This record gives sequence, C-alpha cells and structure tokens, in this order.
Amino acid sequence: MEVCGTHTNVIASSGIRQMLPENIKLISGPGCPVCVTAQRDIDWVVELAKTKQAVVLTFGDLIKVPGTMSSLQKEKAANSDIRVIYSPIDALKIAQNEKKPVVFVGVGFETTAPTIAATILKAKEMKIENFYIISYFKLIPPALEMIATNPRLNIDGFILPGHVSTIIGAKPYNFLAQKYNKPCVISGFEPNDILESIFLLLKQIENKKTSVQIQYRRSVKVTGNRAAVKLMNEVFAKCDAEWRGLGVIKNSGLMLAKEYQQFDAQKRFKLKLPLPKPSPCRCGDVLLGLITPVQCQLFDSKCRPSNPIGPCMVSSEGACAAYYKYNIKK
Amino acid sequence: MTKIDNNITLDYGSGGRKMHRLISELFLKHFKNPILGKLEDSAELNLLSTRPDFCLTIDSYVVQPLFFPGGDIGKLSICGTVNDLAVKGAKPIFIAISFVLQEGLSLTTLDKICRSIAQTAKAVPVKIVTGDTKVVERDSEQEELIITTCGIGKIHKYFRNPTLSANNIKIGDVVLINGSIGDHESAVVVARGEYQLKAAIKSDCAPLYSLVAKFAKAKCKISMMRDPTRGGLATTLNEIADAAKVSIIVDESLIPIKKSVRGIAELLGIDPLYMANEGKVVMIADRDERDKLIAIMKKDPLGKNCAVIGEVTKRRHGIGVWLKTKIGSLRPVLQLEGMQIPRIC
Repeated sequence: MEVCGTHTNVIASSGIRQMLPENIKLISGPGCPVCVTAQRDIDWVVELAKTKQAVVLTFGDLIKVPGTMSSLQKEKAANSDIRVIYSPIDALKIAQNEKKPVVFVGVGFETTAPTIAATILKAKEMKIENFYIISYFKLIPPALEMIATNPRLNIDGFILPGHVSTIIGAKPYNFLAQKYNKPCVISGFEPNDILESIFLLLKQIENKKTSVQIQYRRSVKVTGNRAAVKLMNEVFAKCDAEWRGLGVIKNSGLMLAKEYQQFDAQKRFKLKLPLPKPSPCRCGDVLLGLITPVQCQLFDSKCRPSNPIGPCMVSSEGACAAYYKYNIKK
Repeated sequence: MTKIDNNITLDYGSGGRKMHRLISELFLKHFKNPILGKLEDSAELNLLSTRPDFCLTIDSYVVQPLFFPGGDIGKLSICGTVNDLAVKGAKPIFIAISFVLQEGLSLTTLDKICRSIAQTAKAVPVKIVTGDTKVVERDSEQEELIITTCGIGKIHKYFRNPTLSANNIKIGDVVLINGSIGDHESAVVVARGEYQLKAAIKSDCAPLYSLVAKFAKAKCKISMMRDPTRGGLATTLNEIADAAKVSIIVDESLIPIKKSVRGIAELLGIDPLYMANEGKVVMIADRDERDKLIAIMKKDPLGKNCAVIGEVTKRRHGIGVWLKTKIGSLRPVLQLEGMQIPRIC
C-alpha cells in the first residue's frame, strides 16, 4: 500500500503500475488529507460559509469537495466570502484587514500542522482577535495501525509517506514492523524512488525480516524534524478524530491545546448541520484499499472530476482523481 | 439540484472539458454554422476567392498582475490574436481592439499598456484600425481592465491549398514544438506573489507569424499547427488527435521544460503539460521535414529550444494522447476537466 496521495499520483503519472509483474499490486491508502476529511466536517465549513458569519479561508483542494447539500465552490459562486490561500501567514494578513471573523480551515497531516501551529503562535503574539481555525488535522500512524489490524485487508507492506516522515521521522512507525510484522519503506517521490522502495519491500518479504527502512534519505532522518514536532505539540493536543471511511480512530486527530482555545472556530460558532444523507459514494472503501476506484459504481459514470461525488475524485492527491486522470482501468 | 448549480464557475474558463461542453451545448446550439462548427483557433473565410483566403479571430484578455516578467496584458492581447491567425498560416493585417476599463484605473497604467500594444503591433507588423472603450464600476481593489482584440489575416499562398487543418494529418507525421512549455503560466504565477516564490522565469509571450512565414518560404510540409495557450500542450494535442482521429505519442524526456518551471509545477502539484504558453507553436509535420523545420527554428530566436517531441500513430484504445514516461512506461494524457488547483501538501 502506498499511503501517500502524492505517491499515488507519481505511480500513475509515470506508469509504474503497467511495468510491474502481475503479482505485485499497488493499493492506494488514506494519505490524501482532503479525502479523509469526514462529511460532517465538510458540512460544518460549508454551513459556516453559507451563513456568512465569517470569511472562510482554505487551501485549494478543499473547495470542490461536496458536502451533504453544497460545496465551498458553489457557495463561493453564490457570493459567500471564501478565499483560497496558499500560505497560512496570508491568513493573518487577511484577518488584520477584516472586521469580520476570519476562519482558516485546517486540513492536513503532520506535514501541515506545524506551519499552522506557528501561525497560531504568531496570531497570539500579534494579538489578532478575529482569527480562528477549525482543526481537522490528522495523524498518520494511528490510521496505519487501524489498517494493519483490519482483518478484511491483507497488506503485505507499506510505502510510507516521505513528507510526513520528514517531520515525524521513522520511529513512530516501528510498531508496524515489530508488532504487526509489516515491511515498511519511507519513499521519495521520483519514479525511481518508488521503484527502489518496492524493491526494498520485496527484499524484506523475501528475507522475512521486517523493519522501517528509509529510502528517502535525502530528506528523512530517523528522528524527524524535532523543532516542527515541538511546535505541533505546543499548540495542539491529540484527540479522537473521524476519518472518512475509516470511522473514529482513537488519538488520531489534533485539536487546539487548552492555552489556544480562543482560536477555536467551533467554540465561537454554533451551527446547525444538515442531516446526513446516505451516499452511494465508496470513497471510504477506496481509502481503506478494499476496492480500487474503478470498482465503485459511480466512477466515471456519475462521479468525475468535473462533478465529483466524493473527495477522492476532487483532490489531485485522491486515488479516484489519479485513476481518472491517467485512465487506469484495473 | 439547487439553483446555484446553474452558475458558471471558474472551471468553465479553463480550456478543459467543462469549457468544451459550454461551447458545444450552449454556444454552438445557438450559433451553429459550418465555419464555426470547425472550432479552430480562427475561422477560414472565402472573401476574394472560392477557396479560403482569409482568417478571422477574436480573443479577450484578463490577467493579474497586468505586468509580469516578459510581458503585460497589452502585449498579450496582440500576441494571442496574432498567433491564432499565424497557426492557420495567416499573415495578420488588421486588428480591432476594445477596452473595458474599471473605474479607478490610472491613466499612467493605461498609457504604459497602450505603448506596449503599439510596440508589439509594430513588431508583427499589424495595424490597429478600429476600437471601442467602455468604463465599468469598480468592484475590486486592484487596477483592472479587459482587452478584446479581433484580428483578420491573409492566409499565405503556400498554406492555402489545402489549408492547415487536422484533415492533413497522417500516421507517421512528427510532432514539434518551438521551445519550452509552461513559461508563461509560471511567470504569471510567480508575479502574482501569492506563493511568495522567487524564480527568474519570463513569459514566452511573443508574436509568431515571422517564424511561420519562414516555414512557408522554405515550403515545409506542415499538416497542422496550433498554439498551446490555455490548457497547455496536453489540451492542444488532445484537440488535434481527436480532430484527426489519430493518437499522438509524446516522449516525456524530449519535451523541453525549464528547470524553474518544473520546480514551480512540482511545488504546487500542477502538471506542466497543462500549463499555458503564449509564444509556442505545436506543429504536426511530415516526418521527412523534421530536420528542415528544426534547422529553421534553431536559427530563429523564437525557436532556439525547439524539439521533435512525438509522433502520430493509429488511434490507440480510443485515447488521443499517450506519454512515454521517463522510466519507459506508456500512459494516457487526457483532457483536464477544469482548473488545476494547487494541493495541500
């Protein structure tokens, strides 16, 4: 399983799948931040935008993800103040120039959380009072534990995410190799990196010796980036989080720590959400690797990048989008 | 469906499938006629002859920032229209220009833009012979204007019989481009300053007729040309392949891409194959002509980094464009649905 959405994309864009022998199957995992954001959480943000109580700031991918009734993109077209930003520091600049509350939608993994933590520290220092975040940040290792222990899945090895591991290092994955005997390789993002990582996984399987190897040595240290981890731990505290398709996973999310709750958008705004509607979308099964995107009935019939039903078709990191863009049929 | 589902979103302007649907399902429904139906960069007209002898085209220009390394909205408004004529082998003769100015635009800015328009038009050369001005109420803080240019050009004799079109494309033809892709979009992205990127990248914005005239003079056997603007090389090649009912295989390692462009694309998670160009021409030409075309382009500042990037083959699994990747695999290159959006991580 390649955990990270960027890996999914490189595998598809460089045509690695077509070159592998039949008995090596690559399964896309839950490492696309937009894709794993729960429907309820999307609904919350859409509702906030719709009620026009605040300026909503988000990174690009999220804006097209459909909620139960609408999406940020549709609300933007209907004149809600929703802005796509590229750097969290821009969020502070916007807040300084706005009278209205400004809410940043925090979606991402360990890669993104430290920069948002730094932004919050900055907001506190600058005493910006109309800046809020909604924290949907998630942690990768707890999700992998869930996948490794799921009896319906039979993953032979993990290609671990290069960017997340640059922050957290290799140690947090040790349990996968030691407790669950799963071969693991932290991979870089060039096609050759991924090919080498597959080779290293096969070697581990062949030698029946599992460990967490680092293929992406030019970026990842065993100990990770200590300064970034420290920042994250200062501003955030672990909490249970709901993942799309995977359900609630214990200690897999980040919420604002006690000292920073003044920035918590969910404390500031109380919203009524639409009742969840059952959806035929199978993003959840795709994220778990239970089915490939083409096995979903909606794929390329009702669900396309131009009219996505689920988030995996929206984000460039999403498995469905990659299968669609590169026309993968299996 | 709620009411807002019926609104135009930015996707409809991206040159991808949504835009194609808008054109075929709405515009063509109302305006359909055989000339428009060809949906080419400019329309072939029979004015003084029974065969097509002139081309007509129109384009509107909106870009932020108004000035960027390598160009500005004024230069763009001439180059874009001139190039739509040039790729049909038509020498630009006259341009009509229309300005929609937003209240608050400084006259200094407008003067600077017009100077750039005049310089570019002189270099082509093409005459601006009529125009229009409107002013609209201010609704953004930035200085904004929209420029529309309409151009008419006379098709070069050599390209008249037959005219350059997908009909001439045959299996075995080669695909060439006159330089690196993605320069324009990268330069604008950097100049916009949203990502706080620094890169010494200039837009490739340039009028191309002088280069096309050299192809005509040397009697190069070209089947078709296209300028890969919005939607980039991938979109253009798909349109060509679909129109000619063939497949095009391009070799990833042969496509010229500047290192800085590759870096920007990688950072933002967007694909350079779909990035806009404003001074590029894609040629589909007879295989035996490639050395001649390359020699002509290498000698011209507009084609120094030219390359043969692929070839035309029989239609393969119903897909127009295939990429031979650097690791030797083959994968489809489809049309984009809508905008490319930067990713989160």
